[in-house]
Amino acid sequence: MREAGLAPFIVGLPLLGAVVLLVFGRRIGRASGLIASGAIGLAFVLGVITFARLLGLPAEEREATQRVFDFITVGDFSTGVSLLVDQLSVVMVLVVTGVGTLIHIYSISYMAGDPRYSRFFGYLNLFAAFMLLLVLGDNLLLLYVGWEGVGLCSYLLIGFWFERPIAATAAKKAFLVNRVGDFAFMIGIFVLFVSLGTLDLLAINANAAAMGAGLSTAAGLLLFLGATGKSAQIPLYVWLPDAMEGPTPVSALIHAATMVTAGVYMVARLSPVFEASGGAALTVVGYVGALTALWAALMASAEYDIKRVLAYSTISQLGYMFLALGVGAYSAAIFHLVTHAFFKALMFLGAGAIMHVLGGEVDMRRMSGLRRAMPIVAYTFAAGVLAISGIIPFAGFFSKDAILASAWIEGNFLLWGIGTVTALLTAFYMARLYIRVFEGRLETPEGTHAHDAPALMAAALIPLGVLSVIGGVINLPGLVTLEHFLEPALGESEVPTGVLTFLLPGLALVAGAAGLFIGRRLYMGEGAEARRARLVAAGGPLVEAARNKFYVDRIYAATIVAPGRALASFCADVLDGRGIEGVVNGTATFIGRSSQSLRHLQTGYVRTYGVTFLFGVVLVFGFLLTRVVLA
Amino acid sequence: MTIGTLVFGVAFIVALGSAIAMLFARNAVHVALFLVAAQVALALTFLLQGAFFVAAVQIIIYAGAIMVLFLFVVMLLGVDRSEALVEPLPFQRPLALGLGALLAAGILYLAVAGIDAASTITGDGSGALLALNRDPGNVLALARVLFSRYLLPFEATSALLVAAIVGVMVLARRVGSISAVAPRISPAEEREVA
Amino acid sequence: MTEVAPSYFLVLAALLFSIGVVGALTRRNAIVIFMFIELMLNAVNLVFVTFSRMWGNLDGQVLVFFVLVVAAAEAVVGLAIILLITRRRESANVDDAHLLRW
Repeated sequence: MREAGLAPFIVGLPLLGAVVLLVFGRRIGRASGLIASGAIGLAFVLGVITFARLLGLPAEEREATQRVFDFITVGDFSTGVSLLVDQLSVVMVLVVTGVGTLIHIYSISYMAGDPRYSRFFGYLNLFAAFMLLLVLGDNLLLLYVGWEGVGLCSYLLIGFWFERPIAATAAKKAFLVNRVGDFAFMIGIFVLFVSLGTLDLLAINANAAAMGAGLSTAAGLLLFLGATGKSAQIPLYVWLPDAMEGPTPVSALIHAATMVTAGVYMVARLSPVFEASGGAALTVVGYVGALTALWAALMASAEYDIKRVLAYSTISQLGYMFLALGVGAYSAAIFHLVTHAFFKALMFLGAGAIMHVLGGEVDMRRMSGLRRAMPIVAYTFAAGVLAISGIIPFAGFFSKDAILASAWIEGNFLLWGIGTVTALLTAFYMARLYIRVFEGRLETPEGTHAHDAPALMAAALIPLGVLSVIGGVINLPGLVTLEHFLEPALGESEVPTGVLTFLLPGLALVAGAAGLFIGRRLYMGEGAEARRARLVAAGGPLVEAARNKFYVDRIYAATIVAPGRALASFCADVLDGRGIEGVVNGTATFIGRSSQSLRHLQTGYVRTYGVTFLFGVVLVFGFLLTRVVLA
Repeated sequence: MTIGTLVFGVAFIVALGSAIAMLFARNAVHVALFLVAAQVALALTFLLQGAFFVAAVQIIIYAGAIMVLFLFVVMLLGVDRSEALVEPLPFQRPLALGLGALLAAGILYLAVAGIDAASTITGDGSGALLALNRDPGNVLALARVLFSRYLLPFEATSALLVAAIVGVMVLARRVGSISAVAPRISPAEEREVA
Repeated sequence: MTEVAPSYFLVLAALLFSIGVVGALTRRNAIVIFMFIELMLNAVNLVFVTFSRMWGNLDGQVLVFFVLVVAAAEAVVGLAIILLITRRRESANVDDAHLLRW
């Protein structure tokens, strides 16, 4: 096995940046943004070099691990900080560092003037370091460290403006909901370790088949529950919309492009475990993903907060990725992960630019016609919309098509159907968002003046826009470069043949175009209002429910939060307040009362003490004497 | 009955009698005088056992110097004060007597019954002691032991004595002389304190 | 050297020591209490001298010196304290000084 070369530095650079910024940030001040961007940018360069080196090797040799140092050694069990560079992790590294660098640059402008400017960049770098550790770690323990680390950074960054109670609450919610998933993930790791005796990812994958169906199903489902927490799937998606309270670059980096894809990465990485279960775990993954995709798309269609629309869209797209994983199309899932990182980060950054010039306004009903004022944002955003809607030749078309085609080929027509409907819905709500915000007469909230994105923001938007347009190149049908590249790591995936080669993409394209068309009909031109009213009347309770997020938050509040609070207050007031404190106070009172009477022994008369002393002397003397006599 | 036995009998009676008389003497001066008598009698018992130098020291320092110190303090505080016979603390007397009797019984048991066992280990050292007293002489032999094997404790006692002297000087200073040394308080500060 | 057995001396010492204890606990005049303590120390000295005779060496007699020194130091410091108390309270009665109590 060869050394992974630059991998330690890829993780180390952002970590160093984070340490420097968090320790000396106050003194560094304005330069923090440059330092952070430089750290992750350099990591990106190293990532590219690593990627190029891998390409220069024969396909079967593109795998290397490097032990940086030993971490835990207990008996004959030993695990270390060792990094695994292979096709999958290098793709993830490129996404994390590439998109991350652009978002760092964007943040220099976006966060300018914030009182905790350098701390923000410290957190961002720390996040990048943990995320890179997550994707590069060669064992589950390291993966888990990264997993928890990105959760921590997510918490810190959602609650970055903790002066606003709503942000603090959202951060807490994200952390707690993730905790549920992380716990399951941890138990899943235990199951794998107990049954296979190793935490090494490659060893687990090599021996997964030996686990037996029962254990591997249990392990797979537990791991997947962890993934639903981190990647915001049913039933643990509720934290992601609230996480939009964080600064927008955070939403773009963590809650769209990178951290939320950790679950997808993990399932893809451990795909042999899921496959060992004989399909049960994978079926669950696929259906949960499909349901989440549809569910979130419905909510996105009824949401007015532009960032929340994007959040639901993210949930929905992550659902797509899990759908792909569920039908065994791992490389399609990673492909979609990559393209999604491009266009979703792009749209978040675009939304951030809008908020930046509109004084933090997020309600799409209060804005319109912004295309005239901020063309760069509008056109790049449009590229993102077309990409996510799956319009040829934008990036999303190829990745989404790959997923739907895989579902069809696997013979899972139900999943294919859900996916196609969701594709239509996706195109619809994206058209709605775009038309409401950018088309029509120029309107902005009072007291704000719309102007185009500053240079640094544009510097991030334009490359992402370009990638959204041409990102599909990396896996063009017929060439399927990415899939071939990933094949040694993820296994072969089937490609449609014959008439299906054109029919399936065609259907997906039709769905996307139909969605865009419906959106245009409902939000643009003559009679749009009337058509909308008719639709709402027809939709009735469904629209109402979607507007209320399907009452999920309320259901959770009633079934989980309320009993939890009741239990907590029972513990605090009754168990602790009366039980434990009763014992403690009772002991104190008892000692106090008995001391009240015992203290009278202290008379102050030295002769009384003398007699007491003599009593003791006689006692000890007598004891010794009896021992002598009896001996 | 030899002369030694006779002397011991006299010493025994005088020592014990004086001790008991100490218990009942109401005047502190009388107590001190009885103590002197007891100590002189004890010096006789020392002589009987060949501890000539110790006996001399007993009389000179104990019965002499220390008891003079006691008498001096008694006189300083007033001779005419005598204790009331009524015991204010309940149970003090019976308890002290009872426990004291128990203690005495225990030690007596050891002295009478245990001494035989002890003699089997020590043997009768009278001969050896006589020889020591005769050849280098009691004082010389004592000095040799004191300044060789017990040199370190001997030096330590000198430190103890110095400490005692310094302590007494600190304690016995008049309060007035302390305030003369202590920094004076200015009138303004005095008002502040008040 | 006398032919009186060591037990007799020890019996005398035991009796004197016990009388000293009882006296120290029953008398109230601080100086008198001190004298009883001196009596107890003397009883101990007698024991040392007797043991010195039994062993046939002089270690016991040397110990008498140490007891003597300690007794002298103790008497001096103790008497100084009594003097101070008496100066302040106009009484050498130990029962009068019982403020340090519950």
